[in-house]
Amino acid sequence: MADMSDYIMDESEIPDPLERPEIMPGSMEGLKPFIAKPDHQSALGFPGELVDNWQEKAIGKMGELLGKYRSLQVYLDSCVKCGACTDKCHYFLGTGDPKNMPVARQDLLRSVYRRYFTFSGKYFPKLVGARDMTKEVLDEWYSYFHQCSQCRRCSVYCPYGIDTAEVSMAAREIMDSVGVGQKYCNEIIGKVYKIGNNLGLPKKAIQSTLEGLEEELEEETGLKIRMPIDEPGCEVLLITPSADLFAEPHIQGLMGYAKVFHEAGISWTLSSYASEAANFGMFIGSYENMREVSLRIRKAAEELGVKRIIFGECGHAWRVAYSFLNTLAGPFDFLDPRYPSPQHICEFTYDLMQEGKLKFDKSKNDQYRLTFHDSCNVARASRMGDKPGGQFELPRAILRATCNHFFDMAEDTIKEATFCCGGGGGLLTDDLMDIRIKGAQPRMRALQQVREEHGVTHMAAICAICKAQFTKVMPHYGFDMDSILSVHQMVANAIVMTGSIQAKELEENANAAAAEGQAA
Amino acid sequence: MLTGLYAILFYVATAVLVGGLAYRIRLYWNTPAPLKIPTTPAPTTEAGVALRLAREVVLFESLFKSNKWIWLFGWIFHAALLLVVLRHVRYFINPVPDIIVFVQEFGIYAGFAMIAGLAGLWARRFLVPRVRYISAPSDHLMLALLMAIGLSGLTMKFVAHTDIVAVKAFFIGLMTFSWQPLPADPVLLVHLTLVALLMIIFPFSKLLHGVGLFFSPTRNQADNPREKRHLAPWAAKLEAGEGPK
Ligand code: SF4
Ligand code: SF4
Ligand code: SF4
Repeated sequence: MADMSDYIMDESEIPDPLERPEIMPGSMEGLKPFIAKPDHQSALGFPGELVDNWQEKAIGKMGELLGKYRSLQVYLDSCVKCGACTDKCHYFLGTGDPKNMPVARQDLLRSVYRRYFTFSGKYFPKLVGARDMTKEVLDEWYSYFHQCSQCRRCSVYCPYGIDTAEVSMAAREIMDSVGVGQKYCNEIIGKVYKIGNNLGLPKKAIQSTLEGLEEELEEETGLKIRMPIDEPGCEVLLITPSADLFAEPHIQGLMGYAKVFHEAGISWTLSSYASEAANFGMFIGSYENMREVSLRIRKAAEELGVKRIIFGECGHAWRVAYSFLNTLAGPFDFLDPRYPSPQHICEFTYDLMQEGKLKFDKSKNDQYRLTFHDSCNVARASRMGDKPGGQFELPRAILRATCNHFFDMAEDTIKEATFCCGGGGGLLTDDLMDIRIKGAQPRMRALQQVREEHGVTHMAAICAICKAQFTKVMPHYGFDMDSILSVHQMVANAIVMTGSIQAKELEENANAAAAEGQAA
Repeated sequence: MLTGLYAILFYVATAVLVGGLAYRIRLYWNTPAPLKIPTTPAPTTEAGVALRLAREVVLFESLFKSNKWIWLFGWIFHAALLLVVLRHVRYFINPVPDIIVFVQEFGIYAGFAMIAGLAGLWARRFLVPRVRYISAPSDHLMLALLMAIGLSGLTMKFVAHTDIVAVKAFFIGLMTFSWQPLPADPVLLVHLTLVALLMIIFPFSKLLHGVGLFFSPTRNQADNPREKRHLAPWAAKLEAGEGPK
C-alpha cells in the first residue's frame, strides 16, 4: 500500500487525518500540567494539598460519584473492550501513546473501580486488571486525565455511547477532592468568582476596551454602534467569552455581534459581574462550581432586567448554556418566552438573515477561501435552532451568506465526527503545549487537504478556545497564526449596515455601474 | 447424584443471573443522571430515543460507523447467538411453538456463524496491537468460554449425539420441580457446566453491556434541555439548601 501511494504524488504528501499510528507505550508519560497552589484550591472549596488519608478519601469520593452519576456507574461496568474507540481520539492519533486510546484512558480509573467496588476485582484483581489506588496510579491519572479534552468523539463511536469525558471529569473531581488540582483550570475559576471572568479583566479595563471598539466601529461605518456594559433595561444580555474582549481573532467576532445587534435595532449589554461565557467548572467535573458560575449569569440577567440571554462564540460554554443552564440555574421563566433561552449568537444572526433583515456584500470577504471547524462541544454536545443538526447548518449558512468561497473539510473530520482543536477541556495552557500541538494533528491534516484541493486559506470557528489554540499551533503545521477567524468576523466584514459608509459606497458603485451600462 | 448436582447448579445459576441482573438494573435505575448529555445525532423526542436505541440493539449502528470489522464479527456473533438461543427454547416448553420449530434449521447454521464471529473477535485481540493492549485475561477467558459452549454444542449435534429427549425432560423437570434424570454424557455435562458458569458470571462482568446500553445517558436521553428542565433529586436538594453566593 505504501508503495502505491508513492506514485500518487499529491495524496502521499498529506497523510490521512485518520491515519492510525503505531502504538508507542509511555510516549506521553511524563507530561503533566502544573499543580494548583493551595489558594487556588481553597477558593473552590478543595483541600490545598494532598491530604493525609488521600487513598481512603479518593475511594470515598469515587463511591459518592458512582451514586450521583449514572453515566459513570454504567460506563465503568459496560465496556466490552471491543476496541472500536481505540483509534478515535485525536490525542492518540497525534501521539501513539496507547493510554490516550479512550478505552485505555477509562481503564486507568476502571481498574481502581473494579478493585474497590466489584466482586471480581476484590477477589480476582489480576484476572480483570484491577489495581490498588497507589501514588503511581494517582500520578498516572493526573497525567492522562489532563490529556483528554472531553471532546466526546469516542462516545459517538462506542456501541454503548461510553463517554470518556464523563470519566475524565470524575477523575478530575476525585483528584481535586484529595487536594491535587490543576492550576490552569482552578486558578481561572477563582478569577471568575473574584473578578467575573477567566482573564481577570476588571470592569474599568473592559469599559475602555469597549470604548476603543466603539470608536473603531464609528470610524469604519460612520455609525454610532454602541457596546455597553452593565446597562439596565436592555433587551439582551450578551454572555461571551472574555477572550472576545482581548484576543485576536475573537475581538473581530465581538464587533460582528455588535453590528448585528445594531442593525437589528435591539438593545444589548454585557455584564461585568458575569463577564464570562466559559465555565471551567465543567472541565473539572464539579457540578457545584459549574452551578456557581452559571448562577452568576442568572443573577446578572435578573438584575439588569433583560428579556433575553444570548451567548457569544464559545464551544464548551455553549454546551453548558444549551444543555445544562436550565438545569443549573433555571428555570428562566423571567425571560421572554418567545425566544429560546439561552440563545446562541448564530441562532440570532441566522434568524435575522431568514427575516431578510441583514444585507451582506460577500465580495468584502473575497480574500478568504474558507472552511469551518466544528467545535466539538457545539457539534457533539449541543444544538442550534429547532432541528437536529442545526449546530452544523446554522454557522455554515452564515458563512455561505457572507463569503463567496466556502469549502468543507473531509466528511469524516467534520460535524459529529469533528476533531477537537487539541486545546479544549482545560488543556489550553503552555505547560501542556506538547500534547496540544500533537493533538491538533488530525484537524491540521484535514485542513492541509482542503488547502491542496480547494486552495483554502482560512478556517473559521465558533469557540474561543479553538481560536486561541489554533493561533498557537497552526504555525507548527505550515499555516499563519492568523489563518483562524471568527464566524462573526466574516459577518462583520460583509455586513452592509443601513446608513453606513459601506451602504453609500455600494450604492455609488451600483449607480456607477448602471451609468456605465447606459453609456455602453 | 449427577442429576441432583446439575439441578442445584442450574437453580443457583438462575438465581444468580436473575438476582444479579435485578440488582444491577435497580442500581442503574436509582442512580440519577443529573445532566443532559445525549451525543449527536440526538433525537429531540422520546419516540426518537426509542428508535435510536432500537437501531443500536438491532443494527449496532454506532459500531457500524466506527469499525466495520468489529461490527461484522460482533453482529454475526450476536445475531447467531439469538438464533441459537431461540433454537434452545424447545428444551424448555411443551408444545414447541411454530416459530421455534421454524428456527431450528437456521439455529444449526447459526452455531457455526457464532463460532466464526467469536473467532474473528478473538483474532483481533491477538492481531491488532491496539486491541491487544486493552485486553485483560478476563477478556480472553470470556471468549474462550463462549467458544467452548458453542463447540461443545456443535459436537453434540454433529459428533457425539446426546439424548435430547432426556435433556428436555430434565429441564422441564427443573421448572416443575419434579426432577428427571440427566444423561451422563460427558460433552453434554461440559456444555451445561459452561452455560451455568456463564450465567453466574454474567451479572459480575462486562456482559452487563447488554443492560448498560439502555441506561447509557448519551444514548437514552432526548435532546430537549431548553424546553424541559431536567433536575436530579440530589441537585434539587443542593438547590433548596442554598441560593447564589
Ligand atoms: S468502543 Fe466502547 S465498549 Fe468498545 S472498547 Fe471503547 S469504550 Fe469499550
Ligand atoms: S473525550 Fe475526546 S479527548 Fe477524551 S478520550 Fe474521548 S476522544 Fe479523546
Ligand atoms: S476548544 Fe473547541 S475543539 Fe477543542 S474541546 Fe473546546 S470546543 Fe472542542
